[in-house]
Amino acid sequence: MKEDRSEMAAKDVELDPRSAAISEPLSSSSSSPAAFNAVVSAGNKSRSCKSSLPVTQPPCPGHVLENVLENVLQFLTCRRDRNAVSLVCRSWYRVEAQTRFEVFIGNCYSLSPSRLTRRFKGVRSLLLKGKPRFADFNLMPPDWGAQFAPWVAATAMAYPWLEKVNLKRMFVTDDDLALLAESFPGFKELILRCCEGFGTSGIALFANKCRQLKVLDLIESEVTDDEVDWISCFPEGETHLESLSFECVESPINFKALEGLVLRSPFLKKLRTSRFVSLEELHRLMVQASQLTSLGTGSFSPNDVPQGEQEPDYASAFRASKSIVCLSGFRELTPEYLPAISPVCANLTSLNLSYANISPDILKPIIRNCHNIRVFWALDSICDEGLQAVAATCKELRELRVFPSDPLEDSESPVSALGLQAISEGCRKLESILYFCQRMTNGAVIAMSENCPQLTVFRLCIMGRYRPDHVTGKPMDDGFGAIVKNCKKLTRLAVSGLLTDEAFSIIGEHGKLIRTLSVAFAGDSDMALRYILEGCPKLQKLEIRDCPFGDVGLRSGMHRYHNMRFVWMSYCRLTRGGCRDIAHALPSVVAEVFGSDVDDDDDNADYVETLYMYRSLDGARKDAPKFVTIL
Amino acid sequence: MEKVGVCDDFVNLKATELRLGLPGTEDGCEEEKEKVSCGKSNKRALPETEKEIESTGKTEASPPKAQIVGWPPVRSYRKNSFQTKKNESEGQGMYVKVSMDGAPYLRKIDLTVYKQYPELMKSLENMFKFSVGEYFEREGYKGSDFVPTYEDKDGDWMLVGDVPWEMFVSSCKRLRIMKGSEVKGLGCGV
Repeated sequence: MKEDRSEMAAKDVELDPRSAAISEPLSSSSSSPAAFNAVVSAGNKSRSCKSSLPVTQPPCPGHVLENVLENVLQFLTCRRDRNAVSLVCRSWYRVEAQTRFEVFIGNCYSLSPSRLTRRFKGVRSLLLKGKPRFADFNLMPPDWGAQFAPWVAATAMAYPWLEKVNLKRMFVTDDDLALLAESFPGFKELILRCCEGFGTSGIALFANKCRQLKVLDLIESEVTDDEVDWISCFPEGETHLESLSFECVESPINFKALEGLVLRSPFLKKLRTSRFVSLEELHRLMVQASQLTSLGTGSFSPNDVPQGEQEPDYASAFRASKSIVCLSGFRELTPEYLPAISPVCANLTSLNLSYANISPDILKPIIRNCHNIRVFWALDSICDEGLQAVAATCKELRELRVFPSDPLEDSESPVSALGLQAISEGCRKLESILYFCQRMTNGAVIAMSENCPQLTVFRLCIMGRYRPDHVTGKPMDDGFGAIVKNCKKLTRLAVSGLLTDEAFSIIGEHGKLIRTLSVAFAGDSDMALRYILEGCPKLQKLEIRDCPFGDVGLRSGMHRYHNMRFVWMSYCRLTRGGCRDIAHALPSVVAEVFGSDVDDDDDNADYVETLYMYRSLDGARKDAPKFVTIL
Repeated sequence: MEKVGVCDDFVNLKATELRLGLPGTEDGCEEEKEKVSCGKSNKRALPETEKEIESTGKTEASPPKAQIVGWPPVRSYRKNSFQTKKNESEGQGMYVKVSMDGAPYLRKIDLTVYKQYPELMKSLENMFKFSVGEYFEREGYKGSDFVPTYEDKDGDWMLVGDVPWEMFVSSCKRLRIMKGSEVKGLGCGV
């Protein structure tokens, strides 16, 4: 331990001169701009830039220089480049801060809203992420935090010209939406992904007040049904709407109002309706909005079974929609109507059938025409046979997601190594895959590693825990090992099945670009965690559950936690004492400890059910609920 | 006589059930589980069994598997959208903690998911990878080092299986799978 501490001390000293040189303008902040950049970006800043020592420049040339710089910097949009620029010297830092319009905050608790508004003065677009991903799987108690409220309050004062807000896994209330609508007269885009805390009344108010609104996308969010006819609340007259997504709003929709809205939205390109829009209604919308490029088809099921009457010609509506390249929805699909989409298949680049339980026979005639598909999401009900059909046709496929129709541990899965192998052989340009199955073979995974060298995202979820290769009986080490060795561009990896420490040794050694790693029910000992933390140089997000990793393993990463976005470990073998030691040794890291049980008694007081650890410029948050202990 | 009759019903039920578990693990336990149910059946099992025959008349339903929280990692949004049954979020079940001597971690299970003791036991065995032995009304569990116990509302530690199922579900605060040596003090049922 002592060696560790002195090592860290040395590193702190290394950083100091730079921070002394640059952080003066923001005298209240004691942390370096490098650290700020790390949290206000993807963390891939260039630390090798040299900083110049503080030199007072005569005013006139300085101003000229800054003006020139301003003009040049407007071409720089990539946040990593901007971070590099800001580290050059004080003057560049200042100009960059004035000209950065788009800010990305990967963890809302890594800094306070006031720090944001102090540094950046001209923000027009804000992307904020709140809860860590494992919160999606009931591993986090409700009311943990990630409230949008303090952010909207701070930005309302500082950036009245704010135009875009994009939130993921944040808690947003109706009041927040109201404040948003009132504070920003030119507001253009609201995207809420995996959020909760608001209802249709908030949406109604927001839609009504934002007269310049171009984008309203509610994606996979929980929206309470306040029984408000929100779609009628859009203002009269022509709108600026380009994208409207409300697939996740679980309440009936006033179709007449929706139709009227679509009719007076000539710029509308993306429309994603909820399952409360029937096939007949969809038909009417499509006929009036043939300029759409992206369509969420709602239920794709007729309200009434046609009885002798003329049924609308659904296929002709699709024929008329020459611009559609992206289809989703199919929430309550009546399979015999699926062929209606055939006219657009050849143009489709993205098809999401993941809410439709369709068999291979239903899929095959459709997919046969989808030569240009790049993104395909489906349920495993399409079976290996369906995947083989995809492999035979979709040579341009870049992203595949196969979700389980029966997400239980011991269910029968209709997809297997066969399907994975077929995809690897047919879709050589594959870049991203998410595949749920019950069991797998190393052979198929190795084949994919060899056939698809462009893979950047490989997420294999073998739902049966601890399952070895079902043909050889060996652990899945070889398969995942091959992935990290052969797929040199891999940035995101999720592992599963029976895995020994050896697998992690290979991942640590070869996973040179991995930024996100998800591990569940794997490994034999702390060594596995050590291999990861001592390897994987680009690791930013580490999420672990149910692995035999303890304090010793956790300690092996002390040198790098300040340089990572977060670490999540639940149901492992951590103790409070061990986590506390680390928290105390790393002042720039916040360690939260909690259990899924809200009223956790101290029956097993030293046992840590969940550790969520992240870097922060502003220390522990002040809004932590009672069940969270910040060490 | 009565007991045997009930057992027969139960046996038939089990025989017609289609199971989808891992091969080899369940079969040995099958008989024992039936005996377990027979052991308790004099009080409450009869109406319970009838209910089961009704609800599982199709012989397609398999007993609830051991569902670990948040596994497989499918977002509940997706699960809910796809299956039209009600939201099974944490707050709505009756969740109790389960600890096992020797295991460093705790688990939570939803008791309302199970209809009777055999299902619960199977679930626990699968979750913790152990075997629970045979239950005898007088002598408790035999044939295994592990004994399932629970803490009831009064704070007493009881043997799982001693009281009728409903009483168990309503009074169980938490479960603990003890290692044999500690259990002697618990006695043997009522």
